[in-house]
Amino acid sequence: MEKNHNKIQKSGLGARASRRLANTIIYIVLITMTVVWLFPFFGIVMESFKVNTRGMDGELFPEKFGFDNYIRLFKETDFLNWFINTAIMGVATAFFQTFFVLAMSYTLSRLRFKGRKGLMNLMLILGMFPGFLTMILIYKVFSDLGLTMQMAPVGLVIVYCASSGMGYYVSKGFFDTIPKTLDEAARVDGATRLQVFYKVIMPLSSSIVIYTILMGFMAPWGDFMLASYIIHENSQGMTVAVGMFEWLSKTIVNTNYTMFCAAGVVVAVPVTTVFLCLQKYYVEGVTGGAVKG
Amino acid sequence: MKKLNDLEYLKLSKMGALWYNIKLFILCTFPHWLWNDLCLGTWNFIKKTGRGIKNEFVDIGTTFAKGNWAVKLSFFLFGFGNLFYGQIMRGILFLLFEIIFIAYMVIPSGGIHWLSKCNFFQTGMTVGTEQGGMQEVEMYGDKFTIWVAGDDSVKVLLYGLLTILFIVAFIWTWRTQVKQCRICMDITAKGKKIKSAKDDMRSLVDDEFHKTLLAVPLMGILMFTVLPIIYMVLIAFTSYDAAHDGYSNLFSWVGWEHFNELFNFGEGGLGLAFGEILSWTLMWSFFATFTNYFLGMFVAIMINKKGIQLKKFWRTVLVMTIAIPQFVSLLYVSKLFDSSGIIGEALGEIGFIKEFLSANHYISLWDSPTIAKILVIVINIWVGIPYVMLQATGILMNIPADLYESSRVDGASAWQQYTKITLPYMLFVTGPALLTSFVSNLNNFNVIYLLSGGNPLNTELGVQGGVSVGHTDLLITWLYKMALGSAESKYYMASVIGILIFAVCAVLSLIIYNVIPSTKNEEDFK
Repeated sequence: MEKNHNKIQKSGLGARASRRLANTIIYIVLITMTVVWLFPFFGIVMESFKVNTRGMDGELFPEKFGFDNYIRLFKETDFLNWFINTAIMGVATAFFQTFFVLAMSYTLSRLRFKGRKGLMNLMLILGMFPGFLTMILIYKVFSDLGLTMQMAPVGLVIVYCASSGMGYYVSKGFFDTIPKTLDEAARVDGATRLQVFYKVIMPLSSSIVIYTILMGFMAPWGDFMLASYIIHENSQGMTVAVGMFEWLSKTIVNTNYTMFCAAGVVVAVPVTTVFLCLQKYYVEGVTGGAVKG
Repeated sequence: MKKLNDLEYLKLSKMGALWYNIKLFILCTFPHWLWNDLCLGTWNFIKKTGRGIKNEFVDIGTTFAKGNWAVKLSFFLFGFGNLFYGQIMRGILFLLFEIIFIAYMVIPSGGIHWLSKCNFFQTGMTVGTEQGGMQEVEMYGDKFTIWVAGDDSVKVLLYGLLTILFIVAFIWTWRTQVKQCRICMDITAKGKKIKSAKDDMRSLVDDEFHKTLLAVPLMGILMFTVLPIIYMVLIAFTSYDAAHDGYSNLFSWVGWEHFNELFNFGEGGLGLAFGEILSWTLMWSFFATFTNYFLGMFVAIMINKKGIQLKKFWRTVLVMTIAIPQFVSLLYVSKLFDSSGIIGEALGEIGFIKEFLSANHYISLWDSPTIAKILVIVINIWVGIPYVMLQATGILMNIPADLYESSRVDGASAWQQYTKITLPYMLFVTGPALLTSFVSNLNNFNVIYLLSGGNPLNTELGVQGGVSVGHTDLLITWLYKMALGSAESKYYMASVIGILIFAVCAVLSLIIYNVIPSTKNEEDFK
């Protein structure tokens, strides 16, 4: 008995020491990670203030600080135009996509009807085709309708929203977690399904609504593949992603690199601010919904 | 092979158990799945569908035989039965649909016109029948040579496809209204009341609420996903490219020619390039998924560990990478590793890397196929860890704490806790999500295109099908290059590759979903 007691105490002491050691290691790893993860952003900001060069000079810190790149950005290029395009597209996409995604995911999660399983399987199968494939026809039709080139933002919003119902997984996962008894209670009290939708479930779902809005708003900022095709190198209708990509092509990178970084900062600051303000909802969406799939 | 019961299984040594599991999978689980689930499943599906169709026909037959004259007439005149039984609104809508359909089919440039121009799947025939061309025209006494437009194959095929969809909708509507007539007849025979238009409207926000909600989103998916995909599958069997763009030159049906070209490993075939790219795509997908998964989970465990301060700060740092648009961060990081980028330059100074680069006449790290491949995977870790970390955090919090408590009392080490509790739980919960991320990595256009652009070029393969093949090209970037990256714009090849991407995804998902026993362990955690 005595021996046993001793053993427990010893291991307890050892455990405390080893826990302290483990924590120290973890802090070291986390701090290293923070540096690695933040380094590119720090680098971009530094690069954007360089006055002495317009290309890559292999230095982290600028020799001379200045706002030349920012001034050039707004005076000599169409960047402001692209930025406004993308911002408007972001708002429009967020609005329509939220409607599409919520309608789809709510229906598939909480309503039961004939063909529900079949519909979900169909969308799973459709999702396995690369989305870019659909663009060849859509581009052709859009160019006849005049929705490409300078009108590309309109065309792109339609493309982003029209099929967005297929991305119902995350919010369906969220709706699945709301107890079914709530619906039933409301139904017993004589509510129609429409009333259950907007009076019972929607008030409980603000986090997933904000998550969907956030995703819709971010979509045009990050998309390159579809946008580059529909825009077809027309500066009037460009989004920031497509416009800035051109600057880094091999022939002109040496005169545009620092300006690219400045533009990157201008794009990243507002988007990141919005994102970090709404981070709570994003995390809830990802952790709540994504897992259940 | 002989299956062991639980007691016998527990007696096996570790290696013995592993060997037993592998044997069990190869000899029992896999063939069993192949035969039972795949073969019999497909056969049952066909049988069920067949029976369903047969029942439909029988039902239509009896409806016609037993129906009164109103029902019989509605076989030809849409909605007549509805009108007869007092459902005026439905009746008028059905009738209107029939009139529009018939009018569309018979007008000069209507459905029949387009269908006859399509020559569906007749190898060697053109899509569209009139080739446009330069013609001499007399105007105001002078002769001009002008372009006289013929058919545009792209449009002909599109209208043909729309017409077919319209016909399908027509048949479906016909069937629906016949069924409704019969229901009306049966209800009246029982002496009950038939639904009025007002009831219909009310049920749209109640019992039929799903129809209201789904109408617009499904319409969008039909027009912008289903229709274009069917169209592009058809394109794979035609010769649609820059030289045959349909307007200046009609394109034609070519059968399986392009599929043969892709699987031709000899001279002039794309087989070698395809094999190379496919194997790298699978390898990339495997590494990208699993490095992210395990490292992300590891980071989540570290942050969630008891006694670690500033949890929120660490998370926010990582979440920032999600917030910043990918094209900014990826393009910048790709330049960082370039020969004149900060990191690229620093790494290039290190002895053995410098030797390696100069020995192969590489200028930057991106010029070496091996290093480029490693770089995209490593940078993808940087991109992907935050997502996995967030997901994993949510799941980790759900693992019952008493599992850890009791295991600690039993003297389990941290590593044992990880392998016996955390990992199985995570794998169980995130199994399906892991599969989804594998499939989405197969099509991860952004990371590859923005980082390496598919480069360095594969000099052994050179230009294949008008497009240069790169060492880090995925199928999806290859597809993009086929369609847009060359003057030839081989749309048909792009759609062949697209179909194959679909096939790869479908086969992988089918196998993984069915073979990995994610559901069998369910009881372990309850």
